[in-house]
Amino acid sequence: MGRRVAIVGTGQTYHKSHRPDVTSREMINEAVTVALADAELTIRDIDAIVIGNMDHFESINYVDAYSVEGSGGVMKPIMKVSTGGTTGATVAIAAYYHVASGLFERVLAIGFEKNSESDTTGAIITCSDPVWDRFSYSGAIPSLATEATAYMEKYGATQEDAALIGERDRNNAMNNPFAHLHRPLSVADIMNSPMLAYPIKLGDICPRSDGACACVLAADGVAQKIAKRPAWFKAAAVRHTYTWFGDSTDYNKGLVSMQRASKDAYAQAGITKPVDEIDVAELYLPYTWAGLKWIEDIGFCGPGEAAKFVGERNTHMGGKIPINPSGGVISTNCIGATALLRVAEAAIQVMGKGGARQVPDVKNALATGFGGCFWSDVVILSTERP
Amino acid sequence: MSTDNVQVERLESVFSCPMPYEWSIGLYGSRFFQEIKQNRRFVGIRCKGCGKVYVPPRRVCGPCFEELTELVTLSDTGVITAFSVVNYPFIDPNTGSQRPIPYTYGYIKLDGADNIFSNIINETDLSKIKVGMKVRAVFKDAAEMEGNIQDIKYFDILG
Repeated sequence: MGRRVAIVGTGQTYHKSHRPDVTSREMINEAVTVALADAELTIRDIDAIVIGNMDHFESINYVDAYSVEGSGGVMKPIMKVSTGGTTGATVAIAAYYHVASGLFERVLAIGFEKNSESDTTGAIITCSDPVWDRFSYSGAIPSLATEATAYMEKYGATQEDAALIGERDRNNAMNNPFAHLHRPLSVADIMNSPMLAYPIKLGDICPRSDGACACVLAADGVAQKIAKRPAWFKAAAVRHTYTWFGDSTDYNKGLVSMQRASKDAYAQAGITKPVDEIDVAELYLPYTWAGLKWIEDIGFCGPGEAAKFVGERNTHMGGKIPINPSGGVISTNCIGATALLRVAEAAIQVMGKGGARQVPDVKNALATGFGGCFWSDVVILSTERP
Repeated sequence: MSTDNVQVERLESVFSCPMPYEWSIGLYGSRFFQEIKQNRRFVGIRCKGCGKVYVPPRRVCGPCFEELTELVTLSDTGVITAFSVVNYPFIDPNTGSQRPIPYTYGYIKLDGADNIFSNIINETDLSKIKVGMKVRAVFKDAAEMEGNIQDIKYFDILG
């Protein structure tokens, strides 16, 4: 094991569908300024920076260099990490590696996206293989929808079962002042919303947001001096599979990358009964069915059991394992920041800074990233120094 | 001298030019399209390590990290493992214009292959399409073929 590492400060912008008042680098600066203030540090205290987004979305290729005055990276070691939807979590994990290696004491992790600056679906289509997949692919919605049709066929889950995930997350967002969509949706609202790609309706899918997020990571010995209750890394796992859809969408096997990443993370953290040992989970659920299927892959319940598990309100606030106190991706989705927001929310919950959305007595919090082509990252943060 | 910091109209810069690319299809990928044109059939490739048959054929098995050499002929039939009917308008980055909707995006397990093939299914009526249905590939006329994925027109449902 490397040196122990904790998150000691988090910052995020408010989120909107369009921020014409700022450039990306100015928006990044807003998040960084808040994160530094949260940790009571200045940019001079930061030794290195890891930054990421979906660089082709805004057609700005060297975002590490492009954003350097916004991030505070002028004349500092700075690296870009870009892994599709998982980017934010991979940025956090790369920053964790920086500190765990012993080479850096305090590292800033930054994720951002201005989805308003291009056509998100068009940009996502260019993530697919240009020879084989791009012709028939139409962005995130139908590829996720295929997973839903396979899941419904296999386990008999209904569209109403999935809509309850949307109702849960959109209700949770009401307690998060930073969430993009601040309007609750009921199961009936979601069922009555327009069909985008069967069985995904408008209410089942995440929005596109402008926003940025930053986290300050610090080394053992330093972290305790910065934060009263640092959020210690207990586990960080990355599993990336193929980008060809035909090689990553065998739904009989489930979301294999999530199964493998969570298994690795539980082993690192010494967790054997996830539902009993994890107090809150902030999951990258870009559409409602993910809140059913992927919690099976992550081991919160058995295959085919999610509709019942969620239906019994085990994952609602106050339940056995609350999921997405922030309102999740269905309420806020600035793609390059989306997975970092999950890690930041897990840190906020561990540090007890969740305000109206705080889950009581959090010891262990789990965050995930999802994206690329059915790729997964898992992070476990804890009040307990490992 | 200074200027008052007052609110102004927010301006944006717009870019909208075509960006041409040339993607290599590779030896086995090219073979796949030539087999469609010459013999109206699919070919896959088998891994000697794990025995898995991949379609389209490629040079390396990811999990085994072994070079693949054994081409195998596949059926033009398969089974729908998952699908979605695309119902919203969007700009196709390949053409710069709106792709015609609705259309059905499908994941098909071709008979004889072990992975899945993504393509179009020629049915948008939800009451007539189900996971598990058998489908058959419909190819373009050879004269119209261009050596790309659209040489497969779509998959027809057999029931």
